[in-house]
Amino acid sequence: MKKEIDGATGTETTGHVWDGIRELNTPLPKWWLYTLYATIIWSIGFLTLYPAWPLLNSYTTGLLGYSQRATVTQQLKDAKAAQSNMWSLLEKTELEKVSANPELLRFVTASGAAIFGENCGPCHGRGAQGSKGYPNLNDDDWLWGGSIEEIQSSIQYGIRSSHEDTHESDMPKFGIDEMLDEKQISDVAEYVLSLSGKENDAAAASRGSATFKEQCVACHGEDGSGNQGLGAPNLKDAVWLYGSKKEDVVKSIHTGRGGKMPAWEGRLDPLTIKALAVYVHGLGGGQ
Amino acid sequence: MPDTRTGLATMSTMLAGLAAIACGAVGIAWALGSTHGGMAFHGWLLAAAAAISLFFIGSMVRGETHADKSTYNDGPIKFATIAALFWGIAGFIVGDIIAWQLAYPALNLDLPWTSFGRLRPLHTSAVIFAFGGNVLIATSFYVVQRTGHARLAGIWSPWFVVVGYNLFIAIAGTGYILGITDGKEYAEPTWYADLWLTIVWVVYLLVFVGTLWRRKEPHIYVANWFYLGFIVTVAMLHIVNNLALPVSIWGPKSYIIYSGVQDAMTQWWYGHNAVGFFLTAGFLGIMYYFIPKRVERPVYSYRLSIVHFWSLIFLYIWAGPHHLHYTALPEWTQNLGVAFSIMLWMPSWGGMINGLMTLSGAWDKLRTDPVVRLLVVSVAFYGMSTFEGPVMAIKAVNSLSHYTDWTIGHVHSGALGWVAMVSFGAIYCMVPWLWKRKGLYSIRLVEWHFWTATIGILLYITSMWVSGIMQGLMWRAYDDLGFLSYSFVETVEAMHPYYIIRAIGGTLFVLGSFIMVYNVWRTIRGDESVDLAEQPSVAAAPELRLQPAE
Repeated sequence: MKKEIDGATGTETTGHVWDGIRELNTPLPKWWLYTLYATIIWSIGFLTLYPAWPLLNSYTTGLLGYSQRATVTQQLKDAKAAQSNMWSLLEKTELEKVSANPELLRFVTASGAAIFGENCGPCHGRGAQGSKGYPNLNDDDWLWGGSIEEIQSSIQYGIRSSHEDTHESDMPKFGIDEMLDEKQISDVAEYVLSLSGKENDAAAASRGSATFKEQCVACHGEDGSGNQGLGAPNLKDAVWLYGSKKEDVVKSIHTGRGGKMPAWEGRLDPLTIKALAVYVHGLGGGQ
Repeated sequence: MPDTRTGLATMSTMLAGLAAIACGAVGIAWALGSTHGGMAFHGWLLAAAAAISLFFIGSMVRGETHADKSTYNDGPIKFATIAALFWGIAGFIVGDIIAWQLAYPALNLDLPWTSFGRLRPLHTSAVIFAFGGNVLIATSFYVVQRTGHARLAGIWSPWFVVVGYNLFIAIAGTGYILGITDGKEYAEPTWYADLWLTIVWVVYLLVFVGTLWRRKEPHIYVANWFYLGFIVTVAMLHIVNNLALPVSIWGPKSYIIYSGVQDAMTQWWYGHNAVGFFLTAGFLGIMYYFIPKRVERPVYSYRLSIVHFWSLIFLYIWAGPHHLHYTALPEWTQNLGVAFSIMLWMPSWGGMINGLMTLSGAWDKLRTDPVVRLLVVSVAFYGMSTFEGPVMAIKAVNSLSHYTDWTIGHVHSGALGWVAMVSFGAIYCMVPWLWKRKGLYSIRLVEWHFWTATIGILLYITSMWVSGIMQGLMWRAYDDLGFLSYSFVETVEAMHPYYIIRAIGGTLFVLGSFIMVYNVWRTIRGDESVDLAEQPSVAAAPELRLQPAE
């Protein structure tokens, strides 16, 4: 093996050649070596100060006595303590009186927004704006009542949920169960559209009005203004949960409707539900 | 002597035939006996592969019984190179499809086979094991022969390695689509695929070591240390992380022998070192051969190669716990993971220094030869992601980065920037050398590939940095009363534009790889090069080069 000097760098080679590849005998770069040493020294320090080495039945806890589990437990405790006054104030305050205390209202609104985002937002939308089949909670059109107590009980027991105290009602499947034929459904739909002053076929609507009186008034009322006790929507307003086109209304009558919401009792604690009720009530449409 | 050799060759051929028959028998037994449709399909696949192999062995024996054994054995290398291109394209496309799925979930088509959950392991396995694995096998077989001046050990074994490995890929990949998985990240193949890979891998090790044994050079070249480190360690990782008990030999379901946090730790010991030994050590082997070879310069520092090799090998294996920060893993284990990750920084950078500084005296080639640029930019990405890795292993940083897209961006700066780019560079070098061409079909197309891929990678990484850090900050944002400022769905909504940017980056990367396949295909077909004058003389196959004045 003949050592030689590489022309371009002036460095000696090791003398080995593999398939034409040679190697320079350049020393380790100093900055590289010292940084490697520094990381080793840092690591020795770190492993001495913090828990690091396994022993037979335990481990070295480190000179600082730091424990990430103890730290997170303490942080959770502190966070809880920081909020405890307000939570106990909420517990003592009657539902209607929460909004009278500005500081408490600010707290409840902030907590409600966070709780709503994680639990309610997936269906009702982050801004409670709703979507087809999922009610908008910002308006004053309520299926099961818009008072603060009614909102709380809807949240607590759910709508058509498995809870025994749930809100319960079922709109018949007029088409599927062949209670009405296609033409009757079409006529009723025209009549329903006329209730809110939408464009409709007057002759069909007047035929439909007779069927409406036989089949629909029990829940939706003589004039179609709905019944919150049964979750029957007001058909005279401009709010349409399942769409306001003729085919949407026909589909509603044909297949029946009946959205579901889980009971939150047991999933959220009573105080959280209380905060949520105040928050939803305060979104703008509360009565 | 000739008699003994002929005798050995005959025996070897008989053994190869018997092995194929045995595989075929197992395949048919599973095809007919398995209670699981997917496993029965795999039985047919194994039987078909065995039948084709038997036919191949038979025709080779009748054809050229006394092939020229004095030359290098390049057949299996060509096979693995083409397989790498095929799987690479497949894996990149599936990756881009799931990137678009994340931006527009309706693209999962509501079918089980095309859902994100099945396509994601298909993507990761296709790019890491199918593309990366074939590149590693091809280049390691190429490099070990050239740097040792010895033909590959074994007559049928090298073929068994490449064909068997690709059969493993086919079994694993179709298994994911059919819903067969072990559910361990990067170790999803089920027990029979694992067993098959173990056999293939042991033969791979034997072929590699056997070739080293026969070498004519007194010393083993540094690239081969890295390849050997990769092969040995991957064998260990694969076996230990897949110690599972099948419920029945007729079904794909098995249970791992570890439980709870021990299973998690074993999994990430495996997962982290799949990165360390498959995607780092193996590809450093590629770097150590193809960069000095292509730029025709000596390796920068022999001493550095020794020190960084051994420190890398020693330190990497302990860093796995940093994947399990702030989990049920004991705190002391997490801290050990932090320390070893920090110490790993310089050993990783040793490779970068050696790769980049090998260009000393030849920096102009960065401007004139896009193949060199691919190789060198890959090393730059390697340096960047091996700095980012230790940073993300620090617990304070990890508490922000963990479970966010930052991790995805980090992985892809390594996977696209380092692994894929160095592979492309090696393929562009190796194809004309293997197929005895005067150069690539077009070096300008390499230039196009370089820029499309590089821009694609930059879009990918930067969008995931922004998205990931934003996601982490949104998760931990509290208002002054101690309530979360953002709901989960708001963080998802905020990431949407970055998901689109990422998918566009991925599309560019895929386009670049199409350019490569076209270029390679024209080169292999033997088409006249369109810009031979612009290619360096080293682009030609060794026997076609003008002899430099040594």
